[in-house]
Amino acid sequence: MNQAILLSEGANIDFMIHGIVPIEFLGQTVWLTTSHACILIVMAIMITFFIIANRILKKATDVPGAGQNVIELIVELLEGMVQGSMGKWAPGFVNYIGTIFIFILISNISGLLGLRPPTADYGTTLCLGLITFSLIHINTFKHQSLKQIWIDKCSPLPPWLPIWLPINLISDIAVPISLSLRLFANVLSGTVMMALIYGLLGVIATAWPAALHVYFDLFSGAIQTYVFCMLTMTYIKNACGDA
Amino acid sequence: MDINGQDLIRACSAIGAGLAVIAGIGPGVGQGIAAGHGASAVGRNPGAQGQIMATMLLGQAVAETTGLYGLLIAMLLLFVKPLG
Repeated sequence: MNQAILLSEGANIDFMIHGIVPIEFLGQTVWLTTSHACILIVMAIMITFFIIANRILKKATDVPGAGQNVIELIVELLEGMVQGSMGKWAPGFVNYIGTIFIFILISNISGLLGLRPPTADYGTTLCLGLITFSLIHINTFKHQSLKQIWIDKCSPLPPWLPIWLPINLISDIAVPISLSLRLFANVLSGTVMMALIYGLLGVIATAWPAALHVYFDLFSGAIQTYVFCMLTMTYIKNACGDA
Repeated sequence: MDINGQDLIRACSAIGAGLAVIAGIGPGVGQGIAAGHGASAVGRNPGAQGQIMATMLLGQAVAETTGLYGLLIAMLLLFVKPLG
């Protein structure tokens, strides 16, 4: 039994991703998993909120009511964050960063709603990291000349001696991997920790794990959301250059 | 008690997982240093507490990454069992 607990075969410990609906695709069986279901729930929450916000803002008044106040607070917070770190490039990216911020935040704290957080699935975070990666390189090619890019990639050495080129390329490729792994591992560690506490302690784990939820879900989730958005903005700003 | 190859691999995976989370030492020291410098910065300039706090938390969250890599390896060894 002890060995079973150590190797996660205890009946009560459950933090894995489960398949729900099997689909035949090109002769392979692929699964719609709990991650997909949880992402759909998170999207439903977001869309409901956005539709309500849109309704309220259509009837916006000079002296804001309660709902309008909350929405203005959120929008101003996000705009201030993007403005503070991207400067004059902010207007083009505030929509994307704001959306991704709300999505990751709701995903991270969805553990409180009894869902398995979608960001505790490497598939989700890798996609977010790859979007950042594409944005970085699209903006690099948009705002810098090819010569400038080449000089940057050979950067500590002169441009006619590209010995440093492979190392710079590897550090470029490491960006989405480290971004996504950071988010994934943080949320996963919280999920696993809570699953272990609820699974192993049984009846003892009543009421007091709420304090742990505050740390693992709210605090850690919010910090990691902020870090992800902050790093994305910093990388994109570097790609845009100072011009 | 007989120990076959499967049991040996499981036992070694558990030991390896324990060794992998030793990676937590690094971020612990790093976050402690960051928090100490944050505290001394607030002591010198109490007006800038909010900004110091935000910068410190950002740096600590980035420094935490290496420790989380160790945790990830430990979890892979324990739960995904790549070695059988």
